[in-house]
Amino acid sequence: MTKAQHIEWLLSLADDALILGQRLSEWCGHAPALEEDIALSNIALDLIGQSRVLLTHTGQLEGLGRDEDRLAFFRSDREYRNLLLVELPNGHFGDTIARQFFYDQFALIRYTHLAQQGFDPDVAAIAAKALKEVRYHAAHSADWVVRLGDGTELSKARMQESIDRLWPYTGECFEAHPILDAAIASGAMPDRKQAQDTWSERVTSILAQATLTLPQGSWNQLGGRDGVHTEHLSYMLAEMQVVPRQHPDAKW
Amino acid sequence: MVTDKITEILRRLQDVMDPEIPFLNVMEMGMVREVVQDGEAIVIRVTPTYSGCPATDVIAADVLEAAKNVHWNSRTEIVLTPAWTTDWIGEEARLKMAEHGIAPPTGQSADKAFLLGKDRITPCPLCKSDDTHMVSAFGSTACKAHFQCNSCLEPFDHFKCI
Repeated sequence: MTKAQHIEWLLSLADDALILGQRLSEWCGHAPALEEDIALSNIALDLIGQSRVLLTHTGQLEGLGRDEDRLAFFRSDREYRNLLLVELPNGHFGDTIARQFFYDQFALIRYTHLAQQGFDPDVAAIAAKALKEVRYHAAHSADWVVRLGDGTELSKARMQESIDRLWPYTGECFEAHPILDAAIASGAMPDRKQAQDTWSERVTSILAQATLTLPQGSWNQLGGRDGVHTEHLSYMLAEMQVVPRQHPDAKW
Repeated sequence: MVTDKITEILRRLQDVMDPEIPFLNVMEMGMVREVVQDGEAIVIRVTPTYSGCPATDVIAADVLEAAKNVHWNSRTEIVLTPAWTTDWIGEEARLKMAEHGIAPPTGQSADKAFLLGKDRITPCPLCKSDDTHMVSAFGSTACKAHFQCNSCLEPFDHFKCI
């Protein structure tokens, strides 16, 4: 990987965590039960924590003096490299759980590899820690998929609908892309086919346990890794960035 | 001279408490990995517990303040490898947790039993009953899970094993 590719790749890791963390934090004070409110906020906190260390590392590698805040608050939507999946609105609780479930299963595979690779030792250290956290997230979201899927007639119908609606956004995790391919060639990322097979196997098994049907569509919505996002990201960033942009040198 | 100062810093760090578990200090939590000399400076290497733990920044600032009171030319460094694990929490600290109503982490790290979907026995820190259940894997802070005792019905925190 060239240095420019390395930076782009790091941004893809950091932005996935940051954007999903910011989305999840919108549930704070609104979740269906107190325990769930705390759980979603805890997960959001872990994700934002992961993005902080990743962004700091990105800024250091870049060497232009940009710190985590600069990278989080002063990039526009076109400069963000996250998956479309993680920026989608929370929808109802089933939508949030489906999104989390698909992402967590992907994050588990990715962080497992990142913790072992030797291309970027800083990322390996960050991943070793993140993996411990993501295991809890993945257990939580899978648990909800099974409870709602194998629940009442209504919860099952709504969960299936969420799974079907988000399915076209899952392929982007594994889709060929110049940055991803360069990262794979350097050993920084797991083989696409292998990663996708592992992911499909786990997702299939949990959906079966939840008595839900695995969607069959193979068409994927793409663009996030190139900065071509859904309109939802722009609104989210506007809210997330407004204070630092209004008061760029404020300290508190 | 510097060795004396390092000893003194280590002693003072025992008064730097984790703001979210205020009866445990940073040494007992295993967050301070080492205090070493680097030329004229003294470096305190700190390992954060959870990536998103909001207490980490406060702890690092408190550690630095304690060290600077001993040696002006001190600095902290964040060490990510090896990742922090609950295995680093000392035996005495675990007893203190139990005394304060928090079920301490038990057994080996990674909480494999929970993650594999098996129930693990987390005794109630109040009535010591083994008959407890997990209400939520996510509790009052990033590092704790929320449990309830089936015997005395008391809800309690369990410090997660990672």
